[in-house]
Amino acid sequence: MMAANPLKQLRLGERFASMPRWARWTVMLVGLAFAFYLPRLNILPFAYIRTDLGDRGADWASVLFLVAIYMIVAVGLNVVIGMAGLLDLGYVGFYALGAYSVALFGSPSSPVTEWMVRKFGFEEGWAVPFVACIPIAIALTMAAGVVLGAPTLRLRGDYLAIVTMGFGEIIRITARNADPITNGAAGVLGVPGPPGPGTGTNEYFNQSEPERWYWLALCVLIVLIFLARRLENSRVGRAWLAIREDEDAAAVMGVPAFKFKLWAFAIGAALGAIAGLLFGAKQAYVEPTGFALNLSFLFVAMVVIGGSGNLFGVLLGAFLITYLPERFRDLPILSEYIDPVAWRPFAFGVALVLVMILRPQGLVPNRRRAMELEVRKAEAEEAAVDV
Amino acid sequence: MSDTTQTGEVLLEVDHVTLRFGGVVALNDVNFQIHRGEILGLIGPNGAGKTTCFNAMTGVYTPTSGEIRFNGKKISGEQPHKINRLGIARTFQNIRLFPEMSALENVLVGTDSRHFTSVPGVLFRLYRVRPKEEELPDNWKRPWAKAFGMSRHILEERAANRKAMELLRFVGIADRAHELARNLPYGYQRRLEIARALGTEPELLCLDEPAAGFNPSEKEDLMALIRRIRSIGHTVLLIEHDMKLVMGVTDRIVVLEFGQQIAEGPPMEVARNPKVIAAYLGEPDDAATA
Repeated sequence: MMAANPLKQLRLGERFASMPRWARWTVMLVGLAFAFYLPRLNILPFAYIRTDLGDRGADWASVLFLVAIYMIVAVGLNVVIGMAGLLDLGYVGFYALGAYSVALFGSPSSPVTEWMVRKFGFEEGWAVPFVACIPIAIALTMAAGVVLGAPTLRLRGDYLAIVTMGFGEIIRITARNADPITNGAAGVLGVPGPPGPGTGTNEYFNQSEPERWYWLALCVLIVLIFLARRLENSRVGRAWLAIREDEDAAAVMGVPAFKFKLWAFAIGAALGAIAGLLFGAKQAYVEPTGFALNLSFLFVAMVVIGGSGNLFGVLLGAFLITYLPERFRDLPILSEYIDPVAWRPFAFGVALVLVMILRPQGLVPNRRRAMELEVRKAEAEEAAVDV
Repeated sequence: MSDTTQTGEVLLEVDHVTLRFGGVVALNDVNFQIHRGEILGLIGPNGAGKTTCFNAMTGVYTPTSGEIRFNGKKISGEQPHKINRLGIARTFQNIRLFPEMSALENVLVGTDSRHFTSVPGVLFRLYRVRPKEEELPDNWKRPWAKAFGMSRHILEERAANRKAMELLRFVGIADRAHELARNLPYGYQRRLEIARALGTEPELLCLDEPAAGFNPSEKEDLMALIRRIRSIGHTVLLIEHDMKLVMGVTDRIVVLEFGQQIAEGPPMEVARNPKVIAAYLGEPDDAATA
C-alpha cells in the first residue's frame, strides 16, 4: 500500500521542515507580515474574512486581538495538556488571576492600591506601573499554579481534571465575593494599559485603536511560541513525553516526574497570566463574570480540536474557535429568519462531535499523540472483548 | 568517589531486608553485598522475589524492615529518580521503553538525568559557558559565540546526543537510532533498554532477565556485552533464568527461593549446593528452557 509519490507520505509539517532554510524563513516572514497586515486588510476577495462587513459584525481588529490572546492561552494550555499530558479544566483560573493582578495593582481605584496608598502614604491616585504589574501577575499566577499543583499532581487523569475545574471556579467565586479586595461583582475600573508614545488622554494603547493592541498581542505571541518550541525540543520536552508514556519507567531513569509536572503547571499558569493581563488591560475593566467555567472548556476545546501537542494545531484551534463565531455573527440571508448568535452553542456542539468522530486526534495532530490515541483505542477494544 | 575499576570494596549492601505485602512475605531477611566491579547473579525459581528485590533497590518499593545502602548511604525509602542519580540504573523484565520515542530519544532521557540545565535554563539560556576544545561546533568562529560563550543547555544537548549515539553503537543498535522504539525488533528493544540505563551513567547496572526470549547466539552476544559493560567500569547485577548464561558470566551468585536467600557464592560452588539443586537446578526442564 505504498503511495506512488513519496512526498505524499510526508505530513505538511515534515515537508515544511525538510525545505531549505531560506525557504522556511521566507514562508515564515511572509506569514508574519500577513499577520501584521491583517487588521488593515481591505482588498476585496480577501476582505471577506473580515468580521465587520455586515451591520451587526464585530470590530475586526478587536476580534483579531481576541484571537491572538486566545492563541497565547492555547500555547500555554498546550504545554500543560499537549506536552505534559495533564488535563487542566481550570485554566480560566490562571487567566483570571493574570487579569485581576494587573487590575488590582495597576488601577488607582482598586481596593488593593487604595489600601497601599493609605498604608504607605503614597499620593492620591498612585498605582503600580503597568510594566511592574507584569512580573507581579506572572509571579502570583505561577505561585497559584504551584499551590494548585503541589497537592493535586499526584492525581492522574480524570481526577486531576476535576480538581483543576474546582480551582477555576474557586478563583471566579472568590473574585466575586471578596468585596474588600476585588470589588466583588462590580469589578475593577481603570486598569492601566502598556506605556506608549502618547500620554495622558491620548495614550498609544487606547480603546479606540484596537489594532495597536492586536499588534502588541501578536508580538507577545511570537515570543511565546518561540519559547514554547525551545521547551519542546529539549530535555524538558523529552521528560514530559517520557512521563506521559510511562511515568514509573521515567522515574527509574532519573526523571523527577513530579518536579517536571509542576513546572508544566507553572509555565502554563504564566502563559495564562500573560493572556489574562493583556485582556484586562485592553478592556480597562475586569469583572468576575468574564471568567466563567465555560471559558475553560473553550480553551481545552481549542487545544483538542486543533491537535493537542502540535503547536501549529493548537494555534489553528484557537483561531477557528474564536474567529468563526464572530465571522458568522451575521449571516447574509439566514439572519432574517434566525439569530446566528443564539445558535452558536448548537453549532459548536455539532462541530465538537464531528471532530471527535472524524478526527479525534485533532485537525493538525501531533504524530505521537495520534499514535498514543490509536494504542489506547486498541487496548479499549481488547478490554471490551475480554469482558 | 574512588577508582571505578577497583574491585572488592562494597558498593551495595542489602542488609537484612524484609518486604511484606499484607500477609505475603516477598522478601524475608535477604542479606547480600555487591562489590565494586563484579558481576553478581541473582537467581531463583519464578516468584522467588528477584524482581521484588530489584524494585526495593531502585526505590519502587520500600522495605518493611532492613536497609539498603549504596556507597555507604541509605537508599531504601528514597524516591526512584534520586536513587538513579546516586548511580543505580535498571532494565525491566517486561520491556518498558518509551514506545513513541525514537531509540536515540530513549537513551537521551537516560543521559538527561546527568545534566543540570533547569527549566528556565532551557527557556532563556542565560547560563553561558566557554566550550572545551573538543566541544567546539563548526560555527564557533563566529565572533558572537566567541564573545558570549555558548549556552550550557546547547552544549549539554550536543554532549547528550554524542553520548547517546555512542551508547547505541556500544550495544550494537546504532543502525536504527532514529526509529521509534515500538517499531524495533525485540532483541533491539532489549539492547535499547540496556543503552538507556547506561545513559544515566550508573555505577551499578541491574539487568532484569535481559536474555528472556533470546536464541543461543543472541545469548552469546549478550554475555559478551555484559562483560564489556563491566570492562568500561560498571558493576552489574544480573537476574537471569538461563543457567548457562549465569554460570558463564557472573563472578558470584545469590540464590533466592520464596523470598528466602538460600545460597551465595561463586557459580561452581552454588551449582554444587544441594539446597540450590533441590530448589532450582534439580528441575532440568526449567533450567533448559527458561
